[in-house]
Amino acid sequence: MTYISLSVTDVAIGAILIVANGLLSFGLGLKLERTLVIATLRMVVQLTLVGYVLTAVFNVASPWWTGAIALVMIIFAGYEVAARQDRRLKGVWSYGLGATAMTFSSTLVTVLALTTQIGPDLWYDPQYTIPLLGMILGNSMTGIALGLSTLTSGVARDRVAIEAQLCLGANRWQACGQMIRAAIRTGMMPMINAMAAAGLVSLPGMMTGQILAGVPPTEAVRYQILIMFLIVGATGIGVLMTVFGGLAYLTDSRHRLRLDRLQPARMG
Amino acid sequence: MLTLTQLVPRGLAPFDLTLQDGACLTVSGPSGAGKTVLLRAIADLDVNAGEARAGSLIRSQISAPVWRKNVAYVPADTGWWADHVHSHMPEGDPGPLLDALDLDRACLSWPVAQLSTGERQRLALVRALLAEPEVLLLDEPTSALDVDATKAVERLITDYMSRGATVVIVTHDDEQAQRLGDQHLRVDGGKVEILSREAG
Repeated sequence: MTYISLSVTDVAIGAILIVANGLLSFGLGLKLERTLVIATLRMVVQLTLVGYVLTAVFNVASPWWTGAIALVMIIFAGYEVAARQDRRLKGVWSYGLGATAMTFSSTLVTVLALTTQIGPDLWYDPQYTIPLLGMILGNSMTGIALGLSTLTSGVARDRVAIEAQLCLGANRWQACGQMIRAAIRTGMMPMINAMAAAGLVSLPGMMTGQILAGVPPTEAVRYQILIMFLIVGATGIGVLMTVFGGLAYLTDSRHRLRLDRLQPARMG
Repeated sequence: MLTLTQLVPRGLAPFDLTLQDGACLTVSGPSGAGKTVLLRAIADLDVNAGEARAGSLIRSQISAPVWRKNVAYVPADTGWWADHVHSHMPEGDPGPLLDALDLDRACLSWPVAQLSTGERQRLALVRALLAEPEVLLLDEPTSALDVDATKAVERLITDYMSRGATVVIVTHDDEQAQRLGDQHLRVDGGKVEILSREAG
């Protein structure tokens, strides 16, 4: 395998494009300069740090360090899901629901892939575990966040229609059936679309990366197909858990709609 | 028959109440005093304390859906979850009820979006009555209706009571309260006051 190593100068030349964008923003009065600079700096600093952290973790190859990194990734993903909600759940459920669903689904799928399909010598080998978990987490996070926000905004919007069904003797799952289906569909859609567009409209990042690193395209494609399956699997399990868990929390055992367990909508 | 024992709707003082079969209780009070809260508490739609019985049914011992099938709450703002009227109707023949409320039988195939507020209000009553509940909790059932439609609704309610049903009705109309109510309940400042009245 061969790949062309990049020097700092090579990267710096690329930064000219960011500067060009900044000048454009200034010239057109878009007022994007500040955000652009902050986002660029964050990206550079975060990725550089991650590079060092991963190098260190790969060298130790300890299950504890691998687990710790995985935990940090899941916590950030949990925050990200909560941050994308217009109406958050109250209390620990706000971050906890998405994080729990992702912990379960992503860990399950990652461990499954590592123990059966990819099979490195050490099943927790960080060189495989962490990138795999990262891809699965990052993609299922989008689906989970979308599914949950469809559910919460849906039940808040259709409160009168849901309660009308409860009044006629429907149980909570029947009364919110439309909402559950809409939330799960919305959560699954991005990954289904990504699969349909893969190779035609978009070249998936991991596959592209492997090709750049000198892996034969057919090998890289095989890897990418497996990753897609894993992501869809994790998204499905995660969305299902989040939507049913969210609805269980937004209703109670007396089949009441409990919108008092939703935080007020944030100002867009 | 409806019996409430130390029922505590949110923000209201506890109270007891017994309504015989065929009796009607009217509920009044200023806006925001908790009339709707009271009906929702009886239907177990909000968290509340206390016990409620409808005939032989004891609320705490049966599931909430079974309770609500027998103690039907008809809110003031009607809810619709499908495109057409017929999708909202439970089992049974709504024909006679539609006739009694001067509604066109063909309206079952109409889209909900096409209905007037008054039509929606009457159809919400029809779908609740179709399940033949023992107790009917009505929140301002004639607020969007003209004189004739109001009379038709009152006639239907009186008719339903004469078959043994118990009715609780929130109304702003004192005359309506006189016409229908055997007992009267007033909610004001968090207090619940029950005033009995001679029937008729």
